[in-house]
Amino acid sequence: MTSGFAPVKFYQVGSFAVGNRLLGHAERTVQSDPGRTNALTSGHRACQGCGEALAARYVLDAAMAATGGRMIAVNATGCLEVFSTPYPESSWRVAWLHSLFGNAPAVGAGVAAALRAKGHDDVRVVAQAGDGGTVDIGFGCLSGMFERNDDVLFVCYDNQGYMNTGVQRSSATPPAARTATTEAVGPAPGNPFGQGKDLPRLAVAHGIPYVATATVADLHDLEHKVHQAMARTGARYLHVLVPCPLGWGTAPNETVRLARLAKESGLFPVFEAEHGEVTAASPIRHRVPVEDYLRPQSRFRHLFEPDRRSDVIGRLQAMADANVTRYGLL
Amino acid sequence: MLRQLEGSRAVAEAVAACRPEVVCAYPISPQTHIIEAVGALVKSGTLAPCEFVNVESEFAAMSVCIGAAAAGARTYTATASQGLLFMIEAVYNAAGLGLPTVMTVANRALGAPINIWNDHSDAMSVRDAGWVQLFAETNQEAADLHVQAFRLAEELSLPVMVNMDGFVLTHAFEAVDVPAQDAVDAFLPPYLPRQVLDPGDPVTIGAMVGPEAFEEVRYLGHLRQLQALDRIPEIASEFAEAFGRASGGLVRPYRSEDADTVVLSMGSLLGTVKEAVDVCRGRGTRVGAVGVTTFRPFPGHAVVDALASARRVVVVEKALSPGLGGVLATDVAAALSGTGVAVHDVVAGLGGRPVTEASLVQLLETAAAGELGRLTFLDLDRSLVDGELARMAAARRSGPTAENLLRDLRVVGGRWA
Ligand SMILES: Cc1ncc(C[n+]2csc(CCOP(=O)(O)OP(=O)(O)O)c2C)c(N)n1
Ligand code: SF4
Ligand SMILES: [Mg+2]
Repeated sequence: MTSGFAPVKFYQVGSFAVGNRLLGHAERTVQSDPGRTNALTSGHRACQGCGEALAARYVLDAAMAATGGRMIAVNATGCLEVFSTPYPESSWRVAWLHSLFGNAPAVGAGVAAALRAKGHDDVRVVAQAGDGGTVDIGFGCLSGMFERNDDVLFVCYDNQGYMNTGVQRSSATPPAARTATTEAVGPAPGNPFGQGKDLPRLAVAHGIPYVATATVADLHDLEHKVHQAMARTGARYLHVLVPCPLGWGTAPNETVRLARLAKESGLFPVFEAEHGEVTAASPIRHRVPVEDYLRPQSRFRHLFEPDRRSDVIGRLQAMADANVTRYGLL
Repeated sequence: MLRQLEGSRAVAEAVAACRPEVVCAYPISPQTHIIEAVGALVKSGTLAPCEFVNVESEFAAMSVCIGAAAAGARTYTATASQGLLFMIEAVYNAAGLGLPTVMTVANRALGAPINIWNDHSDAMSVRDAGWVQLFAETNQEAADLHVQAFRLAEELSLPVMVNMDGFVLTHAFEAVDVPAQDAVDAFLPPYLPRQVLDPGDPVTIGAMVGPEAFEEVRYLGHLRQLQALDRIPEIASEFAEAFGRASGGLVRPYRSEDADTVVLSMGSLLGTVKEAVDVCRGRGTRVGAVGVTTFRPFPGHAVVDALASARRVVVVEKALSPGLGGVLATDVAAALSGTGVAVHDVVAGLGGRPVTEASLVQLLETAAAGELGRLTFLDLDRSLVDGELARMAAARRSGPTAENLLRDLRVVGGRWA
């Protein structure tokens, strides 16, 4: 530390995921690279350990890198919008527009249409929202954007609930999870089984040029997928699992580990699809039972205390097993 | 050049002459002919460069306009009735963001009961959204107002809604002189946005604003509406100079200078109102009319001036605020407070009910004789209402009102018919 600067940090040292250590210098993901745009810069008001803030920074920086800075971001209402623009400050170092909770895909389509009409063909559009703004209230607009094949990359930061309004259930909330509107009380505590939407698959069903899922446990993979998306035109969809310490009841320093366990358990399949066909899936490197992923989260505490709910854990394990089969994750 | 045109066609051609760069709409009667025609002009390449975006809802239509306007494009959409309600969150948002979109509303009733015919309930539902709201009296004026609307919207960075009566205007064929391209080009400079999404000069648009500054933001929006009160008549006179005809402005008096009793109204109804005024004048009754072209911002001073000689004003409007009465009438009463002029609300023409010259003449004569009540429902079928009231008094579960009335009218048969 003789220079007075903190040493450059590489992420994921000591993890199971493919880390920087295996990559050449040029390819490494470096958090404090002076060449980074820091599209979402410091000073925002996200909770400690917020997976959404981490993902947004990497997604937008990668998109900025891919477009040479010729990019416009559109944001739905939600945590990301609120914590990044506390009046009179803004953490955004990109051209950024927030309109409403449920219309980010259409606003993005509008920006893209304007750029086309004005001949600014080099400028690209990234629209982003939480799972609520994507899977629920924004779904009509998103499906329309997919169907028209508007030239927009839409990114969903999936923290599996309406966090900004105080952790209510969304249709991306997993079964059995406790939220403020699916309390851990009664004979079937938490979110019911058999409901909810698998939006990545719905996106694939639209036959759009590119769909991918990712987590904040593998930021290099996340950046790679942003580059893949930006190398294509038309409607593209990226669904990123972003643990939320507040809503999940987890420690801030567990965010990355939980994202990894979601993937390694099979509960969150990480894959890519093009034009309606799944083309690649990230294999599970070190399979864990879903219990390892569930136990550290207080939203699932009622599955372990006061009595162990093996029946419920078994149903969640079956969901993970089905993903393993569907995507060939082993 | 005068041509015999459908109102919708005339508006579509006038809009195209304004060279919008992004047009986005969702179909709903009676707006459909407008967007079909604009869509065809884009698809054929007549209107270029322009992106015509077919969306899945009115909410998306306005949202596309928001994104496109923020990215620096001139934007246009059109809707009506349920469509306006469906987009309402984005309607407020466009105004709050100060984005100068122009929207035609082909005025239509709001359900339930579902009704496709004309009244002004849809426009009234967004009167506080922060949009300028103009009402066309004729198809010529509807076409002309769009040219003025883009000019006003972009000067003040405010969205503007041009209201034209559904079917009565949109589907009526009459002679219209559609503003010519070169004249529109001379009248309407290219859109130079006040704020724009530009990667070269990135700004944050749409940030959260708390109690520290929210009232100030709203106050500034109010000030821009007041500025519009000045600019609307100026733009209308510039338009008259360039195009050789009067269109737009705040209010338009008709034989009201020496009138004791003045009818105040909006939209195509004014044609019939003027005829009724002529009939009453022929009988020696001192009546006149004032047309309100600009409803928001509300031209209170202009209304008071136009009613200088009046002892009473009869506000005939195609809208109702249930539990209160007229909507326009409430604004007129506020403007006239302290002047001693009596205000009578007359709710008329809801859901396309024809407002006839005979009914208006009778109404005017009653008013001039000092016998008109505070609130009147013109041509209300009292027996129909009484029948339903009696039924409701007799049976708690007397069934749905609308269906009961239709049965009484023998429009539909029913179990008990
Ligand atoms: C039309 C509308 N309904 C509800 C809300 C309230 N609201 C704001 S953010 C939010 C939840 C956001 O959830 P999500 O999209 O998952 O984002 P997160 O905060 O979890 O990142 C809700 C319900 C709103 N702003 N607008
Ligand atoms: S509540 Fe969750 S998503 Fe919102 S800022 Fe906190 S950690 Fe992030
Ligand atoms: Mg969420």
